[in-house]
Amino acid sequence: MSLSNKNTISYQDVPCPFCSLICDDLEIKNQGGKLSVTQNGCHKARGVFEREQSKINPRIKGKNCSLEEAIGHAVKILKQANQPLIAGLGTDINGMRAVMALAEKTGAIIDHMYSDGAYKNIKVLQDHGWIMTTLAEIKNRADLIIFAGTDAASNYPRFFERAVWNENSLAGMDIKKRQIIYIGENLDTSHGKTPNGKQPTYIPCKQEQIGEIIAILHALVVGNKVEKTGLAGTKLTDLEKLAVRMKQAKYGVIVWAPGELNFPHAELTVLSISELIKFMNRSTRYAGFSLGGNDGGMSAQNVSTWQSGYPLRVSYSNGYPDYDPHKYSATNVLKRHEVDAMVWISSFGADSKPPKARIPSIILADTPVKMEYTPDVYIPVATPGLDHTGQMIRTDSVVSLSLKQIRESKRMSVSGILNRVLLSLGKGNAD
Amino acid sequence: MLIKLSGGTVYDPVHGINGEQRDIYIRDGRITRKPGAQERIDKTYDLTGKIVMAGAIDIHTHIGGGKVNIGRMMLPEDHRHNTVARTPITRAGSGQITPSTLTTGYRYAEMGYTACFEPAMLPVNARQAHMEMADTPIVDKGAYALLGNDDFFLRMLASRKDQGAITDYVGWIINATQAMAIKVVNPGGINAFKFNQRELDLDEVNQHYNVTPRQILKSLARAVRELGIPHPLHVHGCNLGVPGNMQTTLDTIRAVEGMPMHLTHLQFHSYGTEGDRKFSSGAAQIAEAINANPNISMDVGQIMFGQTVTVSGDTMLQYAGHWHAHPKKWVVMDIECDAGCGVVPFRYRDKNFVNALQWAIGLELFLQVNDPWRIFLTTDHPNGAPFTTYPHLIRLLMDRSFRNDMLHTINKSAAAASILGSLEREYTLYEIAIMTRAAPARSLGLKNRGHLGAGAAADITVYSDLKNREKMFEKPLYVFKDGQLIVQHGKIIKVVNGSTHTLRPEYDRSIERSLKQYFDRYMTVKLDNFKIKDEEITDLGNGKIIVQPCL
Repeated sequence: MSLSNKNTISYQDVPCPFCSLICDDLEIKNQGGKLSVTQNGCHKARGVFEREQSKINPRIKGKNCSLEEAIGHAVKILKQANQPLIAGLGTDINGMRAVMALAEKTGAIIDHMYSDGAYKNIKVLQDHGWIMTTLAEIKNRADLIIFAGTDAASNYPRFFERAVWNENSLAGMDIKKRQIIYIGENLDTSHGKTPNGKQPTYIPCKQEQIGEIIAILHALVVGNKVEKTGLAGTKLTDLEKLAVRMKQAKYGVIVWAPGELNFPHAELTVLSISELIKFMNRSTRYAGFSLGGNDGGMSAQNVSTWQSGYPLRVSYSNGYPDYDPHKYSATNVLKRHEVDAMVWISSFGADSKPPKARIPSIILADTPVKMEYTPDVYIPVATPGLDHTGQMIRTDSVVSLSLKQIRESKRMSVSGILNRVLLSLGKGNAD
Repeated sequence: MLIKLSGGTVYDPVHGINGEQRDIYIRDGRITRKPGAQERIDKTYDLTGKIVMAGAIDIHTHIGGGKVNIGRMMLPEDHRHNTVARTPITRAGSGQITPSTLTTGYRYAEMGYTACFEPAMLPVNARQAHMEMADTPIVDKGAYALLGNDDFFLRMLASRKDQGAITDYVGWIINATQAMAIKVVNPGGINAFKFNQRELDLDEVNQHYNVTPRQILKSLARAVRELGIPHPLHVHGCNLGVPGNMQTTLDTIRAVEGMPMHLTHLQFHSYGTEGDRKFSSGAAQIAEAINANPNISMDVGQIMFGQTVTVSGDTMLQYAGHWHAHPKKWVVMDIECDAGCGVVPFRYRDKNFVNALQWAIGLELFLQVNDPWRIFLTTDHPNGAPFTTYPHLIRLLMDRSFRNDMLHTINKSAAAASILGSLEREYTLYEIAIMTRAAPARSLGLKNRGHLGAGAAADITVYSDLKNREKMFEKPLYVFKDGQLIVQHGKIIKVVNGSTHTLRPEYDRSIERSLKQYFDRYMTVKLDNFKIKDEEITDLGNGKIIVQPCL
């Protein structure tokens, strides 16, 4: 069956890889190669699924060339490099497997475009651990949900539809009585209104002050005395009332999005949240839920962990994986001129631009990237879940989905291209 | 290609061969009968004086899936001190207690293991477990799907659905998740913990569903039998690690009323409450019950002293145990109305009374269970210790004077409280070959694995006959995987890909109607997307799927 013929083909249960919720209930129509989302999905999904694939050629230094020539030039750059960086990493599981093999082969440093957010979580995991939950548990069990520093809906448009205002609960709870609380700055609280019209609780504060509010709530649920000053601008009585409700909850969930906590040492805010959750579990049940890992971030983090032992920010320059979440961030190694070639990968229509790098650069992207400089090599790549099948891991780092091909594309996948590069670099695992 | 392994001392319990000098022939990856005199032998290995066994099989080792990867992610310190550089033929990696996938495959092969089974694959996490196993080279693998805490099953049981429907569901799960067997962890307890229950004994009810662990065990054991799944229901029982849990274990053995059942990491379930510290060994009573009930098999889950990490689906008891975390960090997760996981690092100390007695209890079980066909060698990697301690464990079993030397180094009160010093049994090589090869293959229903007869896959391990059995089992002289020489003197010389073993039990497909409704209503993935297609496992080129026959 050709996907490019004039017939209309309808695809059911299509997983959407364009945010880390990976909703898999989309219905998409392919009409002679033109796609439209006919059921479910959100504006983000429609934006990427319905965009026509641009007709762009591989390029060397801005000039059109064949795929062979582009791959050949990329190989030349990597052969000459002493310390390459492979970053962006917007790809699926197989793409990431190829990244790991290439990193080993070339002694590269690897990092994902959204690692800054991920590391606010990973530092807490590696220092203290946490209690977490997944989407279906929230959907069926949560009777009180606190959104700390995120409204979820702005970046994950279907979160409330899929996990909060569902109709049925396995645990036999009344969904309409779900209590919604927001803490933070500039949050769109409209989605938190219950189907009965009850408004959510909103404790406005600066993002930097969420940690303090959480710490006060922690002190209150412990039963410690709290001084009535310095409460990040909120009334103590409001927090006392909230603490009482929190203690009464049977299954409380605190949701945060590490990428939306944009201030120095935001990992301490994540820590205060997860320590509060741990304490609540001494008497009732609570768990955390983190929203993040878009653009294949959660997949990249997991593949890197099972193959190298570390969640990204790994250097293979000594032949073995060496891990340093600060030293090996892409931003840091570029700033300090510690790398002399860059491969940038982005195959989910991401808006994020490759960083400015005055070193030979190889860009693998599915959309034409607006850049402030001309990369040495540009190779247009296929999009997983659109142009080819693949696998991806969801934001909860538990559920993974198998992606479908729903469009014909002449472009190669990231793994296909990187495996070609690997082959050209030399047979076997040897240098 | 015809290969001759000439004159080795062969231990092949499936054929009753106990240390006899035999020639073995390999053709096209399989063991073959003695060829005709006119046939040219391409390669001969002179194995005179060497020990020859089938490749070893680990029936219970946590090598793939979410909780193992959480362990890896949480413990960079384990990896930093155990780096593995790439070589011209092997990939880089790291880790001792939670090694990276590639390193795991190489290390198992270097110890003469050719198959490893992941015992706790959450259905909803199965895809990732298979991804990780696909990146575990050389060894064959397979996984047991975890049931008994998932709300779909508990709802069926609670509404007194007939057993036929439950059996169909279990059959569907095996097919959908590409599993090899069914495991249950703290039956109903992981689910009860989500409703804030903190304990659940065999006859206590899950307060939401009003069903008991006993009912869950019986229902799942029946489903396993009715579907013809070769491996008995794989059970991590109630009350893991709780002093006095030996009574629960004895009751659990009786609960299945003669149906086949495998009790896993039984060391953690053999505790009494005698003595000043209210913690004692129940190994003698448990061993007696195992000996008396031929429907029961077990693995030990031996602990070894040192740092490790406990990874388990048992959120209820991992949460309870988090106070003992070392270092002080731990993870508990409720997972997708399916199950959960708990990851708690732990250091077993030889001078600590409880830890020392745990060590002794494991060995007491090994030495008092008579039938090596029903007791398997495991450390419940990494829960009791990493799998790389197996050679040391084998020496403890085979060498009484070494065992007693070690006994003298542990906590004195624990040593005094254990009967270990009086146990004279020393395992023979034949018994080791049973418990690490023949018996696991038979228990799992692996056709053509775990023996050296004609037609078997040529997964073969050759050892030098060293008096120090730890040294002997640490570095085999040769390991063959599917007829290819992959290890020489304990080092990988060639990398191949193992296969994934699965089952395809028959079931009534109309179960999908109620499953679809359930998924649409309560789950967050679609029924069709939940199922793992063969291509997802094979397309990478990392080995094929072998469908094992059902009974």
